[in-house]
Amino acid sequence: MMAVAGRDVARTETPPGPTAAALAAPAVEATGLTKRYGNRLALHDVSLRVDAGECVGIFGPNGAGKSTLLRVLSTLARPTAGQVRCCGLEMPAQASEMRRLVGAVGHQTYLYDDLTVWENLDFYARLYGLRDAGDRIRQVLDLLGLGDRADERVRALSRGLQQRLAIARAILHRPRVLLLDEPDTGLDREGRDRLAGIIGEQVRLGGAVVLTTHAVEFGCQVASRVLFLDRGRLLWERPASGDLVDELERQLRRRA
Amino acid sequence: MTAARQIYAIVRKDLLLELRAREQVTGMAVFALLTLVTFNFAFDLTGADRAASGSGALWVAIIFAGLLGMGRAAAIDRQQGAWEGVLLSPVDRGTIFLGKLASALLFIGIVEALAMAVFAALFSLPVLHPMVLLVVCLGTVGFGTLGTLFSVMAATTRAREVMLPVLLFPLSLPIVISAVRATTLLLTDRQAEVGPWISLLLGFDVLFLGISYIVFGHAVEE
Amino acid sequence: MASVATRRSAETWSRALGWLSVVLVAISVAMIFLYAPSDRVQGAAQRIFYIHLPAAWLAYLSFFIIFVSSIAYLARRHPRWDRLARSAAELGFVFTTIVLLTGSIWGRPIWGTWWTWDARLTTTLILWFIYLAYFMLRAYVSDPERGARYAAVLGIVGFVDVPIIHMSVRWWRTLHPEPIVVRAEGPAMPDTMLQTLVVTLLAFMALYVFLLIEKYRVERMKDELAELRLQHGV
Repeated sequence: MMAVAGRDVARTETPPGPTAAALAAPAVEATGLTKRYGNRLALHDVSLRVDAGECVGIFGPNGAGKSTLLRVLSTLARPTAGQVRCCGLEMPAQASEMRRLVGAVGHQTYLYDDLTVWENLDFYARLYGLRDAGDRIRQVLDLLGLGDRADERVRALSRGLQQRLAIARAILHRPRVLLLDEPDTGLDREGRDRLAGIIGEQVRLGGAVVLTTHAVEFGCQVASRVLFLDRGRLLWERPASGDLVDELERQLRRRA
Repeated sequence: MTAARQIYAIVRKDLLLELRAREQVTGMAVFALLTLVTFNFAFDLTGADRAASGSGALWVAIIFAGLLGMGRAAAIDRQQGAWEGVLLSPVDRGTIFLGKLASALLFIGIVEALAMAVFAALFSLPVLHPMVLLVVCLGTVGFGTLGTLFSVMAATTRAREVMLPVLLFPLSLPIVISAVRATTLLLTDRQAEVGPWISLLLGFDVLFLGISYIVFGHAVEE
Repeated sequence: MASVATRRSAETWSRALGWLSVVLVAISVAMIFLYAPSDRVQGAAQRIFYIHLPAAWLAYLSFFIIFVSSIAYLARRHPRWDRLARSAAELGFVFTTIVLLTGSIWGRPIWGTWWTWDARLTTTLILWFIYLAYFMLRAYVSDPERGARYAAVLGIVGFVDVPIIHMSVRWWRTLHPEPIVVRAEGPAMPDTMLQTLVVTLLAFMALYVFLLIEKYRVERMKDELAELRLQHGV
């Protein structure tokens, strides 16, 4: 799988390696995604494709459906209509394999308050069946600057540090696809730099990133392509650039 | 086998959390003991007929404590959305169910051991008999199975403290009837008649373990 | 979705069924009071049995429909199965209540009490509580899709459980010394009684199917209305 920051990566228990077909398939392929929650239509016919080595940024006002889209992509939610494929794997037939390839950061941290930083990561390492759990956890903690906090309870950490731990949890099993829902929430400058570094590394090594954020500048900095969502519909798609920042801010203000 | 390791990871995590917070088991134990003592005043647990009332008291204590414990356990997973973290992982849904069931049985088991010891001491009834232990195990597994399935569902509802008992009481009736009857028979030295009740308990356990294992995935999948 | 033509013809059939059930119910009422003989032992009170038994049959049939719909819903996740389950649940709950009430009214003059822990009646009481739990579950879950899913789980577990509940209650009664209880039907029924029972059963079935179809249509219209609201951004 992927080497991080030049260090050697030990084998994990996950399947031996992607088949040629899986390598050829786009990292994320969603077609006609519709998601209804009772009487509320959260997503309407959204399609997107992310290839290996790409980072896609999704923007939109509150309630646009960005989080719902990421939940569907991460397998947490089943779409009412439409299809999701990751690296050629389909839901629900290959759900387990797909979950192995996907790492997600959500609105909640998915952490246990009364366990320590190390214990939280160790728990997830066991669930993902990582053979080199100890080394990998240390690696990931260093990446996020949490190395000296390993034995502290999550309850004792600040929101920003908890967020860093949430990101650490997401990348622990070396996923091919990172789905990040407002990962920069609560992060300080250093945290954001580390996050940008992780995203960059993921992209550089042939993985994919789908990210939503309200920080327009940050988003345009790390993403190569930008999607705009409003009221559950995908409105437009454009390559990211510096000029896009103003355009985005204008549109977001108009639809707020 | 990975599933076994994953189940172990879940139980280990719940055990660690419990050791830190120590709310569940203590709360359950106090509740169970209080129930037993209160029943002593409501029914005559010292007279010659005490076997019947006694086994009723014991099972009410176990069930109420079990309800409390399972409700709390499901709530713990809700903190910070940790449950979704588990759902994101590649663990089979059925395996997650078995993991949660194992945790629940572990905690209820600890409380049961305590309750039975106290019960034996206070009411001088031969509860620590292997057949009685068998009945307690079978009854707890059945109750725990349905409880684990429904506590996960009830935890997301608005009236969650009420929802779990409302769901479990009617559905676990066969367990209650069989367990109390069997316990009474054993305590009054009528081992020969226990057969049908034990087979009902066993059948119930096997049937609902299978159904819950299959259905759990559908219950949690959005 | 059914075309307009299909829906129109379905409506006509449904209306015909409605009239048929009215006719059958009228006939059965006449038979209950005029045709069927009085029971020697229980007198006039026994006539309530003609309502009690069909109601019980429908109460349990409803749960079976819920069971099948629940499996179909979890497998396919199509709203029509949830609609069917919801409709059957409402009707089933009503009929379960009727069983308990008629059982109680029947028992009073005969056994002198409003309630006995007769095995079948007790199981029906538990069924009533399971229906109640079913409605509570749907009511207390904020997301209707999740409510449908949870209700489906309850529908499956509940249905499988009911025969076991019945078995355990029956054993509890018989493997336990009890005073002798009057059995529901007594010895073999004379033909006139049997005929009355059959006609009433058919009448109730026709009525039930009619009500189920109508209830389902109302639920479907509610869902379609919500859908339209959604599409037009209301």
